[in-house]
Amino acid sequence: MLTKFQEQNLTGEKKRIVNDFSLTIATVNGSGSQTSNATILRSIFKMGIPVSGKNILPSNIQGLPTWYTIRVNKEGFVARQEEADILIEMNPATFADDLAKLKSGGVFFYADHIRQPIERDDIFVYPMPVREIVRQVDVPTYLRDYIANMVYVGIVASILGIELDKIHQSLEFHFKGKAKAIAINDEVVKRAAEWAKENLVKQDPFYLEPIDVTKGWILTDGNTAAALGAIYGGVQFVSWYPITPATSLAENLQTYLPKLRKDPDTGKNTFAVVQAEDELSAIGMAIGAGWGGLRAMTSTSGPGLSLMTEYIGLAYYAEVPVVVWDVQRVGPSTGLPTRTAQGDLTFVAFMSHGDIENIILLPGNINECFEFAWQAFDIAEQIQTPVIILSDMDFGMNQWMGKPFEYPNSPMQRGKVLWEEDLEKLDGKWARYLDVDGDGIPYRTVIGNRHPRAAYYTRGTGHDEYAGYSEEPQNWHDLLNRLKKKFEVAKKLLPKPIIETMDSSAIGIISFGSTEPAVQETRQILAKEGLHSDFMRIRAYPFIGVEREFIQNHPINYVVEMNRDGQLHQLLRMEYPELAGKIRSFAYTDGLPLTARQLVDFIHQNEEQ
Amino acid sequence: MQERVDIQAKKSGVNAIGLTKSDYRGSPSTLCQGCGHNSIASQIIAACYELDIHPEEIVKFSGIGCSSKSTTYFLNRSFGFNGLHGRMPSLATGALFADYTLKGIGVSGDGDTASIGMGQFKHILRRNMKLVYIVENNGVYGLTKGQFSATADQGLELKSHGVNPYMPVDIAWEALVGHATFVARSFAGDPKQVKELIKAALSHNGVAVLDIISPCVTFNNVDHATQSYAWGKDHEAALHELSFVPRAEEILIEYDEEEAKEVQLHDGSTILLRKLGRDYDPTDRQAAIRVLEEANSCQCLITGLIYIDTDQPSMVDIYNLTDKPLNRLTERELRPPRGTLEELNHLF
Repeated sequence: MLTKFQEQNLTGEKKRIVNDFSLTIATVNGSGSQTSNATILRSIFKMGIPVSGKNILPSNIQGLPTWYTIRVNKEGFVARQEEADILIEMNPATFADDLAKLKSGGVFFYADHIRQPIERDDIFVYPMPVREIVRQVDVPTYLRDYIANMVYVGIVASILGIELDKIHQSLEFHFKGKAKAIAINDEVVKRAAEWAKENLVKQDPFYLEPIDVTKGWILTDGNTAAALGAIYGGVQFVSWYPITPATSLAENLQTYLPKLRKDPDTGKNTFAVVQAEDELSAIGMAIGAGWGGLRAMTSTSGPGLSLMTEYIGLAYYAEVPVVVWDVQRVGPSTGLPTRTAQGDLTFVAFMSHGDIENIILLPGNINECFEFAWQAFDIAEQIQTPVIILSDMDFGMNQWMGKPFEYPNSPMQRGKVLWEEDLEKLDGKWARYLDVDGDGIPYRTVIGNRHPRAAYYTRGTGHDEYAGYSEEPQNWHDLLNRLKKKFEVAKKLLPKPIIETMDSSAIGIISFGSTEPAVQETRQILAKEGLHSDFMRIRAYPFIGVEREFIQNHPINYVVEMNRDGQLHQLLRMEYPELAGKIRSFAYTDGLPLTARQLVDFIHQNEEQ
Repeated sequence: MQERVDIQAKKSGVNAIGLTKSDYRGSPSTLCQGCGHNSIASQIIAACYELDIHPEEIVKFSGIGCSSKSTTYFLNRSFGFNGLHGRMPSLATGALFADYTLKGIGVSGDGDTASIGMGQFKHILRRNMKLVYIVENNGVYGLTKGQFSATADQGLELKSHGVNPYMPVDIAWEALVGHATFVARSFAGDPKQVKELIKAALSHNGVAVLDIISPCVTFNNVDHATQSYAWGKDHEAALHELSFVPRAEEILIEYDEEEAKEVQLHDGSTILLRKLGRDYDPTDRQAAIRVLEEANSCQCLITGLIYIDTDQPSMVDIYNLTDKPLNRLTERELRPPRGTLEELNHLF
């Protein structure tokens, strides 16, 4: 049953598109398709081809439509694309709509028990006898729905050219070596691939061929990277409350901490993870632990962070180190829990009432999720203040390629902590909030220090240098300004912006976080048209000063971010008001990761003016 | 012979670890004259002194309110953290994970615990975190000048706020149904009992809730209020006379064994409960529930140790932590070796 379009393609000269397409898999949430989709993704990655995998999922456990998008690109551009080249349709509810949106010249795989009209003649169509193939496999009935999704893995592998041994390796990864599960899934994939070989004729132009671009790289999500980074940063106390999309960060800590952080001699734990009753408590526990001298953290998302604000203010004012991960989702309010955004930037910068400013780290890839996770403890303990790390749903829950994680390249920096022997040397003469070194950062002691002069009283009310209660106007004024001074030291510790230049660039592009793939693809597209651009990716707040020079060097700088109001743009204008005329905001948010086309179109429009 | 020395030392104003009572004192109180909270602070000092606890081994926590300010009025040589309204329990929980050889004393009030803090109060109970949790209960908001709190009696009339139309929260009851492993009620006007209960609570391996009726002399001392001095004195019915016997000390207390019930605490010390005319067993949960219900219906203030369960593990016990306190671990113990990361990288 070839369409006219397919017949033409069979006779004409064949165009081959190798390792360069977007593939979308439409399924029903909760049907077990995650494993199948992840298997396709990892198998392509294991063929040495750059990929990314993004879940466009509903906030639902079972029953609503889900789309999984894989971008394959031999040059490494793996940002989301608006339209898929290849669609695998497993969901009757979205069949007609998805089909209508498929690109002309695209490929349509569909489960053949979905009996709906296919009236397009500008696409390649492959029916898949999913139920028939599943029936041939000897598995318990209750598992049939789950393994049904493995049928498309086999058929797509056969048509596009995914190597079956790579699928086997991916199944081993997903089922963590569980032989029985691997064998069942392997068998379904093989049968499906065999069926395709015997019954389908390859007509479409899309091919996967092994290359070695991703050799030695890793493929994982930002929440896993963050959890591991924290563990190598020596995290000792984690308190958290479940919230999408941050949940898997804490769950990864629960998975990996027992494997990596037991005392080898006694088998006892060097860490504690507590699931709190809510975010109010999660942050309270973390701050208590940070005050007690532990490397303490919590992870949350927007609504949870709103609940944490009062305690963050106390930690800032009472100078308690703590690390908070905000895996951003779409806000305001409950928003879109399973969609991505960068809308918490200005909120976090000034989170809590009164005069306050917070240190923010802005990872831009999974390697930085790992790196900033351990660095955050060093910064928090050295500056004695909360450090908030802004990740987002796209990082946290989607699959990203990266270089292997790098072991921390510097010893832990525990900051100015005095123990018994230090106090002995000082003859007990010290004061908690006294600026001895002139850098605004005082010395602290922690509980358990048995020196009779070690103790002090911590409070969120006015206090003097000796930690005594004080309403003295001068004390209040001086303390608040000393806190400001600490941030000058912080700037030296914060990750500097990454700057990439091209020859004789006409424009600058500034961004942060997960938008980098779309920005890099945009720069390549624009460069091919002759418009060269320099790129600065901001990695921390407060700004450290080098941003000024970058902005000055370009007549126009586009500030790219996924929120409505252009929050990075706002902060840059506040910091560098004299440069306001040189920066232009490209802020866009709809819950989906940014695409190059969105940014290219915007820059085109602006450059034409 | 050691104990003789200790006893002699005590007579000279020095306890067994060579500290005087002034080593346990705090800053001068800024609360009202005659406030029940000041009396409780004095009993905390006396209890720690008499138990020979190093002040450095105590950590103080509090929330917001008059009661929460009082942690500055005792044990200046102890670390203290005055946290947020109703959120002392979470702060204490996190902090005490840093060094579990320490003893925590949390001081809260009825406004702090029975309203915004109800959630954290209930959850520290079910986790059985080792903390002496004192609620200085006066039925009124003092620092904001005399509004009703959630523990105020129904029908209570106060000068500027009229009649309270709502049912009160009963802290001891909430603690009991919340599976607290130590529930006691006392009255600030009965310093001996307050002190003995604090001593027992400090030896309990878990959360120890002390609901101490602590009259507010300024805003809620109308004689018919259950949180007033006059009412407390008239209506107090002690469950038992109470004496606490530390592990290291020989018996100094007279009691009639036939009438006494001995409860052994985790550190080997015992608490002796002298029964007063009734056969009260504080390890019997049903009896505890009954006695609180009876007190409620007969409008009397049942004081003493209402319930104790010494078999439950504390929260920290469950976590299988290193013997060395977590906050003394070094980089060598906290950062996994390089090879482990290489193995992980191969996985991904």
